[in-house]
Amino acid sequence: MKEPVYIGENPSTAPDLSELLVRVAQGDHEAFGSVYDAMSGPVFGLVRSILRDPAQSEEVAQEVMVEVWRNAARYRPEKGSAMAWTMTLAHRRAVDRVRSAQASSDREQRAALLEHTPAFDEVTEQVETRLEREQVRRCLRTLTELQRQSVTLAYYRGLTYREVAELLALPLGTVKTRMRDGLIRLRDCLGVTA
Amino acid sequence: MTADLHTLAGAYVLHALSPEELAEFERHLSDCDSCALEVRELAATTQRLGAAVATAPPPEMRVRVLRQIATVRQEPPEVPPERAGRVRTRRIGGVIPRLVLAACVAGALLGGGVAAWQYQEARDARDQAQLAERSNDELMGVLTSPDVVVESTGLDDGATGTVLVSAERDRAVFVASGMAEPPAGMVYQLWFDDDGTMRPGGLMDPADGPTGSAVLMDGPVNGAGGMGITLEPAGGSPQPTSDPLLVMAFPEAG
Repeated sequence: MKEPVYIGENPSTAPDLSELLVRVAQGDHEAFGSVYDAMSGPVFGLVRSILRDPAQSEEVAQEVMVEVWRNAARYRPEKGSAMAWTMTLAHRRAVDRVRSAQASSDREQRAALLEHTPAFDEVTEQVETRLEREQVRRCLRTLTELQRQSVTLAYYRGLTYREVAELLALPLGTVKTRMRDGLIRLRDCLGVTA
Repeated sequence: MTADLHTLAGAYVLHALSPEELAEFERHLSDCDSCALEVRELAATTQRLGAAVATAPPPEMRVRVLRQIATVRQEPPEVPPERAGRVRTRRIGGVIPRLVLAACVAGALLGGGVAAWQYQEARDARDQAQLAERSNDELMGVLTSPDVVVESTGLDDGATGTVLVSAERDRAVFVASGMAEPPAGMVYQLWFDDDGTMRPGGLMDPADGPTGSAVLMDGPVNGAGGMGITLEPAGGSPQPTSDPLLVMAFPEAG
């Protein structure tokens, strides 16, 4: 678990993931191998930050990577980067898993999911991708406490904004707004462009 | 209302909305360009949050994934919005292969060789195809119709005739491939087969291009069971004056 992880879209070294995805859509297994190598680390890390359980995380991360294979032709470059597309897929899958656990009213499973979710700092201790981690951490510090909590509880723990509001004892409208202006501030700090 | 919906962009990219709010926001998103841009940017931002917690998965996972994809069918690309909505609601299995064929046919017609069901491209190629605007629209409409059914037959001389029928539009398109040029002063005429009675279905006009073209048959299918082609004097005939070169039953819908 301690080997270095490649992070996609580092401008100097990243393969062009969009191009690779085009080849994947044409059934190119070798291109998929490259996509896997670029994306599986971020995907697995994100899924595990939400689910915590290693076996479940592996299962969901695996589903996500197969989904990338299956739906490569549905990727639309004009709607965002290949990495953003994949991470959106990964987040959605992990969140769906959390919510279906909730819906099944399996309280123990739900409790396990929520209790063992560490704070952001704890998650990142396990990450070797230092530059990315440092930059994100630095930018997260530019957020207000409420912005930071709203964003990270939803993103890294998979909570709905209603759950976040409940947990933080805040009005719904406040949480909605904090999620958006928190992300906008992060976007500006990270210099993200669409 | 709009301003309120707009504030959901953050919760949206964080997958933090309830299913009802999600549906509402996505409706809003489809006609709000500035929201769409914001969503793209915020999604790119959350991706960075995700990348910051990257962790190498166990190496066995790579082996398992690569083994698994060998048995997983890949989805085709989505068709553009004009027609996509209806396609998606249909049984995918039965419809897509026909659409693919229709696209090939359309590609051959328009000389693009690419997915000519992309309506915009069809429009761009319109002049080149030298087809009347209306009939070309109608023709593309048949080719891209989600309920289009396809039948092909080989002719004696190695030519192929393909007919595409859309029950919904009640129109048929005939595509000839490899047919010889008609003799001077003659023309290929298409016919609907109304239970044994031949009803004129238009001419394969040489001005429309070589005989590799697609022709929208004149008039509605109107329950015809099939179609035929005869060789007729230039200008066509009210009823066939020669034996048919080809007779095809229309394929059954769906």
